[in-house]
Amino acid sequence: MTFQRTKRDWQSIGLTAFTATATAAIVGIVLMILGNIVWNGASQMSFRFVFGGTREGMFEASRAGVFPMIFGTLALVILMTVCVLPVGVITAIYLTEYARAESAINRLIRGAINNLAGVPSIVFGLFGLGFFIQFVGGGIDKLFYGGELHYGEPALIWAAATMAVLTLPVMIITTEEALRAIPKGLREASLALGATKLETIWKVVLPQAIPGILTGSILAVGRGAGEVAPIMFTGAAYYLAHLPTHWTDQFMHLGYHIFVLSTQSPDVERTKPILFGSVLVLLMLTFFLNLAGVLVRARIRRRARFGHA
Amino acid sequence: MNDVAQLPESGVRDLPDAASIYVNVPDPVQSTERPIRPLTRRKRRPLEWLVEKAIFLVSLSAILLIFLIFAFVGKEALPVILGKTDNARLRKPVAAEEIPNISETQLAEYLGLKPGELKNYDADTLKLLVELKGQELAQIVDEDSRVNTTSWRMMFQPHQWADYDKPQYIWQPVSEVPKYNLVPLVIGSLKATLMALLFSVPLGVGAAIYVSQLASPRWREIIKPVIELLSGIPSVVLGFFALIVMATVLQNVFGYQSRLNTFVAGIALGLAVIPIIFTIAEDALTSVPKSYSQAALSLGASPGQAAWQVVLPAALPGVFAACVLGFGRAIGETMIVLMASGNASIVSGSILDSCRTMTATIAAELAEVVFGGNHYRILFVIGALLFLVTFVSNVIGDIVVHRLKGRLEGRT
Amino acid sequence: MRRGFHRMSKLWVVIATLLLSAAAHAENNITVKGSDTMLILGQKWAEVYMKTHPGSSVQVTGGGSGTGIAALQNGTTDICNASRPMKPSEVGEFAKKYKTRPHEYKMCLDGLSVYVNESNPIKKLSFSQIEKIFTGQVTNWKEVGGPDAPISLYGRENSSGTYEFFKDHVLNKKDFAPATKTMPGTAAVIEGVAKDNGGIGYGGIAYGKGVKHLLVSKADDGEGIEPTEANVITMKYPISRFLFNYVSPASDSGAIAEYIKWCIGKEGQSLVKEIGYYPLPKNLQ
Repeated sequence: MTFQRTKRDWQSIGLTAFTATATAAIVGIVLMILGNIVWNGASQMSFRFVFGGTREGMFEASRAGVFPMIFGTLALVILMTVCVLPVGVITAIYLTEYARAESAINRLIRGAINNLAGVPSIVFGLFGLGFFIQFVGGGIDKLFYGGELHYGEPALIWAAATMAVLTLPVMIITTEEALRAIPKGLREASLALGATKLETIWKVVLPQAIPGILTGSILAVGRGAGEVAPIMFTGAAYYLAHLPTHWTDQFMHLGYHIFVLSTQSPDVERTKPILFGSVLVLLMLTFFLNLAGVLVRARIRRRARFGHA
Repeated sequence: MNDVAQLPESGVRDLPDAASIYVNVPDPVQSTERPIRPLTRRKRRPLEWLVEKAIFLVSLSAILLIFLIFAFVGKEALPVILGKTDNARLRKPVAAEEIPNISETQLAEYLGLKPGELKNYDADTLKLLVELKGQELAQIVDEDSRVNTTSWRMMFQPHQWADYDKPQYIWQPVSEVPKYNLVPLVIGSLKATLMALLFSVPLGVGAAIYVSQLASPRWREIIKPVIELLSGIPSVVLGFFALIVMATVLQNVFGYQSRLNTFVAGIALGLAVIPIIFTIAEDALTSVPKSYSQAALSLGASPGQAAWQVVLPAALPGVFAACVLGFGRAIGETMIVLMASGNASIVSGSILDSCRTMTATIAAELAEVVFGGNHYRILFVIGALLFLVTFVSNVIGDIVVHRLKGRLEGRT
Repeated sequence: MRRGFHRMSKLWVVIATLLLSAAAHAENNITVKGSDTMLILGQKWAEVYMKTHPGSSVQVTGGGSGTGIAALQNGTTDICNASRPMKPSEVGEFAKKYKTRPHEYKMCLDGLSVYVNESNPIKKLSFSQIEKIFTGQVTNWKEVGGPDAPISLYGRENSSGTYEFFKDHVLNKKDFAPATKTMPGTAAVIEGVAKDNGGIGYGGIAYGKGVKHLLVSKADDGEGIEPTEANVITMKYPISRFLFNYVSPASDSGAIAEYIKWCIGKEGQSLVKEIGYYPLPKNLQ
């Protein structure tokens, strides 16, 4: 292949100019969005806003608080983590420690994980409604409550279960990465000392992988805290006077609250400070969770590099 | 050399978006080593055998879940898909005095009850039910009520409705005669997705080329986390931003009439898709072996020429896969289009018109429908359709990425 | 040691109180579910009622009139908020299960305004004009006496009571034009109309800064009535409606009946205006 190098390399200049502009545009947009939200939301930030309730009026900028939403969001992600953690970790263990890379079942599992990651979030909502609420919840009611509705309606637990399905791929992939980062030598040493495979996994591999598993759950939580579409029909409520006290209660959620405020507020201009404030709280929540996940993960990677060397 | 290049350069590489998942799945071609087995063969304990089987079973959960999603979304949609539903209703109301004159089975069928259930009601209640049914039927005056609007023909072909002057595709699920034509929704989804891709593909791929080929390592370390920050912004926040801030700004800049339209929604949707396109395209470009561009450079090419004429063509399937996966993400996104598109169910090609997407329709309407009713089932049909479309685009994108990587790594 | 014990005992007291309050909450809890239109009002009523009636607990959730009615049929709510009367088919479903009609209470009055952009010179529209505009038969403002500009329609999602009320009472049950941009809330309607020169939309009277409220007449040549409080209370303004509560007759006693009585009584009605609705005519209170 030959390259025509003219005096002025227009192709190179053009490509650089275009791609640099594209990059600058994306970076600019991101910074603009975040800047705008921080700028408008900062004035609403106060102890009272973050830890105050909605009983004094959900739409009054000077009195409204978002604590019930933060509480609901946290309750949701904690229950979600409880559901997703064991399944995610066990699947990752199977994939790294047992499965052969070329086996059909392994490929099938990976394909399923990939597809699960790509299912639209609203379809998870439909699934949660059809499977968890109507089938599982309705089934529990029929079996134990004689058809009286207890579990067969939108509730915290069903929203958390739906979110667990949605975040399962993130959980599996990050845990798997953590398990693969553990040096082979450790496993070999353990096996050579006569431990069985399961003992090796339980006593050698898993303890080493804890930071990675932690990262996986943090990243899953970060993802779960921001999704709204799957919980719209599975448990989130527009307004509740009480904090949820049981997992069959409905709950308020920061993301859903943002949706409600931006579309149903009685006076958009007047409620704008609450809106921007809530967005800022949600962003900080997801941002810090992601940051924490990324930092722990970076540490694992550094260790992995040394481990291989 | 290649080995070093494959080590992740920075810890802030992946944020938890769908994009990173595709990238991080370890390639089967890459790791062909066999799992390690113990050197000394000890007798396996039965408990361990059990635990290992349990681990295997749990690990099948991803497959099970995909199957369950398909089964349960499909289950609710099935009666409509098989054409088992019929909502044509035009019949003579029965007066309360006539109750003794008609047979029990007729009465039960008239009231929508099973024949056995009739015994549960005393005469007064039956009279009440008949009166109510009469009122319900009296409200139906429309000729169109003869039509079964849940049939396939009505869902995909235009129909001449009584109130309209020509045959049209109409989505009006809450109406005297519910009209469930899916064409406006499919067009709406495609329009918004296309707009999003028109905006995000040039930007995402451009940035991927710049970051992977042209930028200095230091800039790369700054730019990548910023773009990945975008994937950390929840879609409800992007929707909020499009609705409250962007719609007004764009309207002032371009001076079109209506604030919320496909254009605004498409741009906001594009922002949600950029990270996935960027990450996958960048990954494909980086996985082209360094020797390719080094060879081009030594033959006298400029860095730009090397990137454009050598690296990009080699990574083209990966860029294509990025677009396909971006398409899947965009068509399945809900909150942004729900908030920013205006949601008018019209058949129109203009991007300055509003659009109603399939996802937004489900989100807006599902909360209020009668469970098990026709409207409910048709929303599940839409969900099943979405699931299929994204499933196919995921599989295509996946295959392309794997093949590309296999090819590139096989050659070196 | 003693101090530690003291601290522990405090903790136990807190836990015990929490448990007790949870138990109490379960006993006297009234649940109200339904219309989003009535949510803010219901919330306000609940707030004040709980303050003045210690020991009572009222839990209000939204979801829409249809959701509330379904919940009433399923027995998952005590009171159903509805911004429209129940349809015969819904009463029928209820009667199939409970063998009687539900009790209906009119709670307060609400009016729907028709809004246009502030720059629009139009002042008054008749019912038939509004019907033609929203069903898409009229697409330019000059056809109803305005400037030569295309009409851009804003409405509500088909799940809202407002949508059905407007459709039934103003559009004669005809379908909205497909070009109607459907918004998830009245705020979004206002926002859209305020920034669209050719925009027209509908929603609660109390809402709506930045848009112009039109006078409405029932007949084509009739006098235009302004959407004001006085006109709604006297029911002179044509697009007004009652907001309802439905209760299952079996549970319409005790705490629930008392609560409803309080809401339609003097105290409850005095709160209505604060929210932007209008009190019931005296004979219904």
